[in-house]
Amino acid sequence: MKNEHHIQQQFQARMNEDELLNCMRCGFCLPTCPTYIESGFQESHSPRGRIALMKAVVDGLIEPDEDVERSLQLCLGCRACEPVCPSGVRYGHLLEEARDIIAQHKTYSPIVRFIRHIVFKQLFPHPKRMRMLTALIGFYQRSGLQTLVRKLGLLRLLPSHLATMENVLPNVPTWKQMNERPTHVEALIPRKRRVAFFSGCLMDTMFMDINDATMKLLQLVGCDIVIPEAQTCCGALHGHSGEKADAKTLAKRNIEAFETLDVDYIVTNAGGCGAFLIEYDHLLKDDPVWAERAKAFVAKVKDVSVILVELGFHEQRWRLPNQMVTYQDSCHLRNVMKTASEPRLLLQSISGVEFREMKDADRCCGSAGIYNIIEPDMSMQVLDYKMEQVKQTKATTIVTANPGCLLQMKLGIEREGLTNVRAVHLVELLLEAVEATKQMNKPLKQIG
Amino acid sequence: MITEQMKQQLIDIVGAENYDDSKAGRIVYSYDATPNFQSIPDAVIAPRNTKEVSEIIKICNKERIPIVPRGSGTNLCAGTCPTEGGIVMLFKHMNRILEIDEENLTVTVQPGVITLDLIHAVEAKGLFYPPDPSSMKISTIGGNINENSGGLRGLKYGVTRDYVMGLEVVLANGDIIRTGGKLAKDVAGYDLTRLFVGSEGTLGVITEATLKLIPMPETKQTMLALYEDLEAAARSVSAIIANKIIPTTLEFLDQPTLQVVESFVNIGLPTDVKAVLLIEQDGPKEVVERDMKAMARICREQNAISVQVAKTEEEANNLRTARRSALSALARLKPTTILEDATVPRSQIANMVKAINDIAQKYNVNICTFGHAGDGNLHPTCPTDVRDKDELHRVEQAFEDIFAKAIELGGTITGEHGVGVMKAPYVEWKLGKEGIAAMKAIKQALDPNNIMNPGKVFAKSTRKRVVITR
Repeated sequence: MKNEHHIQQQFQARMNEDELLNCMRCGFCLPTCPTYIESGFQESHSPRGRIALMKAVVDGLIEPDEDVERSLQLCLGCRACEPVCPSGVRYGHLLEEARDIIAQHKTYSPIVRFIRHIVFKQLFPHPKRMRMLTALIGFYQRSGLQTLVRKLGLLRLLPSHLATMENVLPNVPTWKQMNERPTHVEALIPRKRRVAFFSGCLMDTMFMDINDATMKLLQLVGCDIVIPEAQTCCGALHGHSGEKADAKTLAKRNIEAFETLDVDYIVTNAGGCGAFLIEYDHLLKDDPVWAERAKAFVAKVKDVSVILVELGFHEQRWRLPNQMVTYQDSCHLRNVMKTASEPRLLLQSISGVEFREMKDADRCCGSAGIYNIIEPDMSMQVLDYKMEQVKQTKATTIVTANPGCLLQMKLGIEREGLTNVRAVHLVELLLEAVEATKQMNKPLKQIG
Repeated sequence: MITEQMKQQLIDIVGAENYDDSKAGRIVYSYDATPNFQSIPDAVIAPRNTKEVSEIIKICNKERIPIVPRGSGTNLCAGTCPTEGGIVMLFKHMNRILEIDEENLTVTVQPGVITLDLIHAVEAKGLFYPPDPSSMKISTIGGNINENSGGLRGLKYGVTRDYVMGLEVVLANGDIIRTGGKLAKDVAGYDLTRLFVGSEGTLGVITEATLKLIPMPETKQTMLALYEDLEAAARSVSAIIANKIIPTTLEFLDQPTLQVVESFVNIGLPTDVKAVLLIEQDGPKEVVERDMKAMARICREQNAISVQVAKTEEEANNLRTARRSALSALARLKPTTILEDATVPRSQIANMVKAINDIAQKYNVNICTFGHAGDGNLHPTCPTDVRDKDELHRVEQAFEDIFAKAIELGGTITGEHGVGVMKAPYVEWKLGKEGIAAMKAIKQALDPNNIMNPGKVFAKSTRKRVVITR
């Protein structure tokens, strides 16, 4: 009870009252909210309902009881409600603040406390440890252990969604590969831009191929790339899980790592990371030393697709073998970074690609950071809807722009048993087009 | 108060999963889209069919528990705010389109169907359901019927009332009645259908509706006329009607509204002019072209500085979407947004626009105006802050003056948003004591225990009429 009282005080002190009042409860957000729809239209699982609950806590109408916590917990944080909000309520900021207050007062069970400590404090902020963990997964995959585990059926001990997830993990790079990352690469044509690459923690380990593809494409369109070694995890995971203090520390480390570089842009290839980076100014707005530095940083953050379009990648004649392609928006890329048309433009520019927009492509796939691990039921329900829409398009290639979405799409394909469908990151498909075009051009030249 | 025993009876009807009396569950149904109204119900219930609705109401009638039927809670008169507690009734399970009858041109729906879903479903069959309130993406048909919602197409096609042919209603005693039907002609008894339309849940719970459909118009054109002068825009509205042209849509937006809407939609709306008219016409191609030309000419004659026709359907749709977001976008300006929908005869629209501006000046408040000018239905909107008590008081005074002026010009206090709690103190200004007495007699006859959405439409006390000296 005392704890709840303290949470209430924190809500009153820290929640932005103007932002709460700014919601005029018109309900324009309702049709875009995946949890409102999937919960069978429960207002408590809608943005309008959640804001009402936050405000009710501030107003003292309700104690922050477990129902309030449940409502805030079940939110995917996809922020689809923001672009459709005519009043311009920044729901994501409200949610983050509320979750932080609740998390700081929460007494987790020892096991959950231990996991949170390991993940948030001991793992993600430390690139070397991320590499070690990935190397362990690599050992598991390559040593025959994975085969053994699967043969023995040990995966059945896991909840089914985790067992499927094990199955869709990419083949990870080796320890050696992860430790030989470049810090500087040059444009392949006369230089047009100098950019810094935010390589990310998961992206530079488990999804290293995607990072390599990103850099190759940037080189191809005329970018010199610097990859500062001092960069670290973006802090999104921390920010979304109520560990705001840690997120701020990471943000400062990243700003320090990038601000001295003389670059035009800071490029990301993961919507989730990019969206968090692009809001460092909000995260650090109350810090007199860092607020301005954060603004300068934020001004340079761009998704790789935007740079590729700016430098005319889509104006070249790329080709791929004929295939049906659909695109699943990364929620944070779309709703926070406001990047939605560029990936589509890039895909549509490749001849051989028949692009088919799926219904509700802008609706979350249910990955949402670690949501699919902690809220498997809702996540799988959201995913099932998504896969229905994918099937309608008859696409054989699903393109995404964020690692979480990519894994979730692979999970969806596995669950539905769609053997002829694959999921790739946008840059993987673009690089595939570059390489395929080279192959196709070769014999032609010989003939000519 | 709902006792444990009553609760158990209600749960026996709908199942535990459809009865919620948790604090959080009640708080999220304590409001609708009306500013400054909040009241926490005792419970929230979601029946699955008409029979369950009837059984619930029987219990409520016996135990004197108020019932507030609620669609998506988008209304602007606090019509679904449970001001006297009781039970909020949801229709999330009763949300099916039951039949589209292409021979009789009707659609039969349950009350929880989302308006836009209905529109899409009938349009797929080449049929047209015209009422299109700005909240149609969210609002339910049940809500539309209870509020008699209007919309952008109201000028030519009328409002929800004009499309409701038959209803199934559960009365306060639990009786289930059917009114009207698929008939074009039917004079058997009182027109109860019309009585229930716009009754704001105070007479019964609508559980099914048969709606009229019309053939889809063949073509449609959209244009925007820009003005340096508010009243010139308003005069154009009256001139168009006086020239015997009835466009589908004739919407008015003033400069402050344009600016804030543009900051949301970013489609290049003109923000440097004083007012615009959004004009649409539909029908056979020749007629549409002829009318659009004539209206463009009239607008220019009334000093429009430019008249632009939308080149693509996308462009036209952007303009409509922009207009629909006007109210919520105005909420960007200040924490609290109060709007009204005073309505006057079309010929008086210029006078009303002028009066609104004078009143805003008199009370030193900022009023942005937009609305369905062709219907004489304006939405003067005031961005303010509930925490600024002094300003809020002036806003209230300004709106009272606006109501009084509207009535003086032969108009009404609300064109389409309904009375609810918000405008209840002013209804008598429009209807007179005798009018209120007649309505009360109906209410008393159908709902003697006053359990159906109590506290709405009828005010505890009427506001003293402000006398305006000209």
